[in-house]
Amino acid sequence: MIEIRDIYKKFGEKEVLKGISTVFETGITNLVIGRSGSGKTVLVKSVSGLEKVTSGEIFYDGRQLSSMNEMQTTALKREIGMVFQGGALFDSMTVAENVRFPLLMFSKLSAAEMDKRVDFCLERVDLPKTHSLYASELSGGMRKRVAIARAIVANPKYLFCDEPNSGLDPQTSILIDKLIKEITEELNITTIINTHDMNSVLEIGEHIVFINNGQLWWEGTRHDVISCDNKELNDFLFNNEITKRADL
Amino acid sequence: MKKIVDAVGSYFILLGRVLRKPDNGKAFRRQLFFEMRVLGIESLPIACIISAFVGAAVVIQLAASLSNPIYPTWITGYTSRKAIMLEFAPTMIGLVLAGKVGSRIASELGTMRITEQIDALDIMGVNSANYLIMPKIVAFMLFSPIIVILSVFSALAGGWIFGVISGVITSYEYLDGLQLEFATYDMVYGITKGIVYNFIIASVSSFRGYTVTGGALEVGQASTRAVVESCIVLIVSNLALTSILI
Ligand SMILES: Nc1ncnc2c1ncn2[C@@H]1O[C@H](COP(=O)(O)OP(=O)(O)OP(=O)(O)O)[C@@H](O)[C@H]1O
Ligand SMILES: [Mg+2]
Repeated sequence: MIEIRDIYKKFGEKEVLKGISTVFETGITNLVIGRSGSGKTVLVKSVSGLEKVTSGEIFYDGRQLSSMNEMQTTALKREIGMVFQGGALFDSMTVAENVRFPLLMFSKLSAAEMDKRVDFCLERVDLPKTHSLYASELSGGMRKRVAIARAIVANPKYLFCDEPNSGLDPQTSILIDKLIKEITEELNITTIINTHDMNSVLEIGEHIVFINNGQLWWEGTRHDVISCDNKELNDFLFNNEITKRADL
Repeated sequence: MKKIVDAVGSYFILLGRVLRKPDNGKAFRRQLFFEMRVLGIESLPIACIISAFVGAAVVIQLAASLSNPIYPTWITGYTSRKAIMLEFAPTMIGLVLAGKVGSRIASELGTMRITEQIDALDIMGVNSANYLIMPKIVAFMLFSPIIVILSVFSALAGGWIFGVISGVITSYEYLDGLQLEFATYDMVYGITKGIVYNFIIASVSSFRGYTVTGGALEVGQASTRAVVESCIVLIVSNLALTSILI
């Protein structure tokens, strides 16, 4: 469980997050939705500690992020897996080396055990025969899936996914959504997913946080989302529908 | 002025994060060998070519200026050797490598920064500054004696070949001068300079690359700044080192 209390984030004069509080429960898919530029990426980066919040508190299962020393934050980070918006694969390494990297750095597994774990994770994201390809040789969807494999390889307790299915075809998107949901339930981890994909919202939105203008505008489940009468949320959903139809 | 002070402060803070024990010794050694190849070995050809031609120009110039019979015949060889070992080989090649290696390091790290690869390392709990920068600094410094020694030899050989071909000096006079009063200290002096320069180049350009914010345009700017600032720091420290070491 991750709890955030009243977090603010400023870049110079520009205030991106304006006091957001919520709880992300373990074992369910927590979705953060909002327009492009609304601060979703900044929010997960702040929660994960990659960006320092201007004010506010973040608790990882009761452990307060701001009161940890360097050793404790490093230990916490090893419990976090993150899928970045662009994949952030190491382009000097092959797919297998990318996925293996967290194990290589910190685990005490033998080489054979690492290989087995890498195979398992690549299998899990449906990429069994890509071990020796480089990031530049992958399609966008494959990169995302390798990034997911890398994020889960070291058995994280917390998983952050920044738009795991942006730019992918609807079928692959749903596949990835389902994959993340399954992993979340299987491993019973705390998962936060950024998205502006309506399919994801309706498919896996067990807890949805709608960010508008740097504030938490609406919160609920995928069942509430359709029937809610929040104007901004409806605009967000509705505009999305239009763009989707225009795409067809 | 405030910007410069800020940058220097951030530079030393970053260095503080770089100079730690690596998270994983094996990974460090692997990176180190990789960097020795791309920063070290791949710098040797350009260092040799530039040195050979600069050496030739130095010898021809000196021979022409010192052609008056009042000077002893060994003077050209002797002064060429001194000039090349003490200044040209380390400093000139330092400036050239600031361009080659500095831009490479800054653009590599800058690209990793803007594509979130550095964030990815950080979120895994890897000390990204140490993991990425330390092998570059160590590898490039380790290669510095090799680079300096090869440059000296190329420069002296270039001077010999072109000096004799152009007829400004005979082979005997030149080699006689080269061997006169050979001081090992000159070599130590040149190598010391080289090591300091390579540290400056690798650390300054790593700093510029690692701290990029923005996009591809900023990576380009950072790489230019890395080269310019490495050159300036290098030239200033050359003056300081020359006054200390002489
Ligand atoms: N390092 C930074 N410095 C200054 N401003 C920033 C920085 N990072 C983000 N911002 C600003 O914060 C705002 C929110 O950005 P963010 O990347 O979180 O959007 P997002 O919701 O993830 O959008 P998208 O759906 O397009 O990914 C933007 O207006 C952006 O300009
Ligand atoms: Mg984003």
